[in-house]
Amino acid sequence: MSANGYEAALSRITSVRGVRGAMVVAGADGLVVAEQLMEGIKGAAVAALAASLATRLGRAMEAGGVGTGVFWHLQAERGALLVVPARSGMLVVAVAEPGVNAGLARLELLRAAESVA
Amino acid sequence: MTARAVEGWTLDPLTTFVQEAGARLVLLMTPAGQVLAQSGFTRAVDVMSAAALGAAIFASTTEIARQLGEPPFAGLAHQGERHGIFLAPVTTDRGPVVVLAVYQLENSSLGLVQLFFEQLATDLRAASPKGVEPKQVLAADFERELSDSLNSLFGR
Repeated sequence: MSANGYEAALSRITSVRGVRGAMVVAGADGLVVAEQLMEGIKGAAVAALAASLATRLGRAMEAGGVGTGVFWHLQAERGALLVVPARSGMLVVAVAEPGVNAGLARLELLRAAESVA
Repeated sequence: MTARAVEGWTLDPLTTFVQEAGARLVLLMTPAGQVLAQSGFTRAVDVMSAAALGAAIFASTTEIARQLGEPPFAGLAHQGERHGIFLAPVTTDRGPVVVLAVYQLENSSLGLVQLFFEQLATDLRAASPKGVEPKQVLAADFERELSDSLNSLFGR
């Protein structure tokens, strides 16, 4: 996928009201592949920690016999982290405000994950 | 995992880095290969080899950068099937410190190591002794200095 392709996929996610940034992250490395983030969000830190979490969650799901994760929504006091793993091992990550329309954001994350797969 | 330091000011930053980044082996050394601290090594001979190889890699990449007219590289990463290696320098008041970290891909990642390396660099700069002239090690003294460091690290 070209850099423009990543940009287009991320633009669709960040156009959802309440989404403060979106990233494509290499799941194995925890490194940022592409990002569109509002100022103040530490992209490298979010990427590294989200990838680490994804690995551990994946193991937990495997151990629990519930299959592969398709969407994670972590709600915190001042925001949320939404993650969709792509088939290629990439992660599509969105950082959002607490009141984000999670359904719409999820839809755009899944579309983006299809395009980066 | 036990961290040991020849120079005490490196111990807390090293311990924090090991815990946060999930690194399996970490070596703090000077660019000449003098060991300042280590975590995860159980044998002196392994520390000696790692320090020599790390210093050689650092010297090689620094020279490549010089020939390219670039400042020294900020970091070097190599990923294998099960382990990754990260090598990067930190400038402190004590002089440059080279950090060599080995991490298991199962427990950590390059992103995590790079992320917490930034914190390690900040902590080392804050903890390093101020107003101390970096000691130059002469070739004649190197072996004795290395031997002293290893004795200190492995309690012999």
